Amino acid sequence: MSYRRRRRGSRIRPYTFTGGRTRSRHPLMVQTLISTADPSIDPPRNLMPESERILLLCRETRSVAEISAELKIPLGVTQVLLSDLADQGLVYIHPTITGHSPSENQVLERALRGLERLFQ
Amino acid sequence: MVSNDSSSDTFSKMSTKIVIAGGFGAGKTTLVGSVSEIEPVTTEAVMTEASVVHDDTTAVPQKVTTTVAMDFGRITLDEELILYMFGTPGQARFWFMWDDLVRGAVGAVVVVDPRRLADCFDAIDYFEQQQRIPYIVALNKFDGQLNYTGEEIREALEISDNVPIIDFDARDRSSAGHVLKELLVHALANSGSQSELVG
Repeated sequence: MSYRRRRRGSRIRPYTFTGGRTRSRHPLMVQTLISTADPSIDPPRNLMPESERILLLCRETRSVAEISAELKIPLGVTQVLLSDLADQGLVYIHPTITGHSPSENQVLERALRGLERLFQ
Repeated sequence: MVSNDSSSDTFSKMSTKIVIAGGFGAGKTTLVGSVSEIEPVTTEAVMTEASVVHDDTTAVPQKVTTTVAMDFGRITLDEELILYMFGTPGQARFWFMWDDLVRGAVGAVVVVDPRRLADCFDAIDYFEQQQRIPYIVALNKFDGQLNYTGEEIREALEISDNVPIIDFDARDRSSAGHVLKELLVHALANSGSQSELVG
């Protein structure tokens, strides 16, 4: 048994999976937009100060990168805090368009039309 | 929800991302600044390099934490769609964070300073090898003219035939916007073949 446990221990190197950081269960990329789920209520009292600041900030939708920059919280930490807030149903994670499936082509075309309007 | 109207507006927003790569000083931040509706923002990512050292055979893996700054800008394309542009750190020693940044990107622009072609070797190599994210090469005309043709540069940098190479002026809003349009056209043209690869 101890043999098996040791083998397993040597096989599973957590940072191999996580890339050295805590990978959130939610698709939180730098560009992913976040909104406070219910902006009309005050943040729960048991939250960490950083999480509370995120909830207040995201009453207006912004990206993970913007949250990190505005609150001066490193990206990795921001992602973990957001993941926890999402688990508690306190934030809404918006869809992110990657263009990797043909079903998203319509959105890419919309993006192109947007660019054409802005940059003639 | 207090107001159904405003909440549905908020929650229907979505975002997408393109990556701006290239050598140090090639014009990445200038490009982002020319087209962004906000001043380019710098955020810091604390990265742990341990996972990169695949051949580390020491019993206790040493984690090296590096703080990497990256620039980003934003363009609101319509009421519901926001495009973010992320400028990647140019130095080769930060390559390990590229997979993370590039993941989920619609495409990438490699900005090239034609006077210093060698500076973009690493970026071109990266996108030539990963084969997942469509990319284009944008030659930044610093002094208004190019000493090489696009095809000469394609040969020098060993860029695939299907990768568009265009020239532009990173300081000019319309010219920089044209680069983004070219990238999206290229990404749309490639979306069919990509889905086959993904399965």
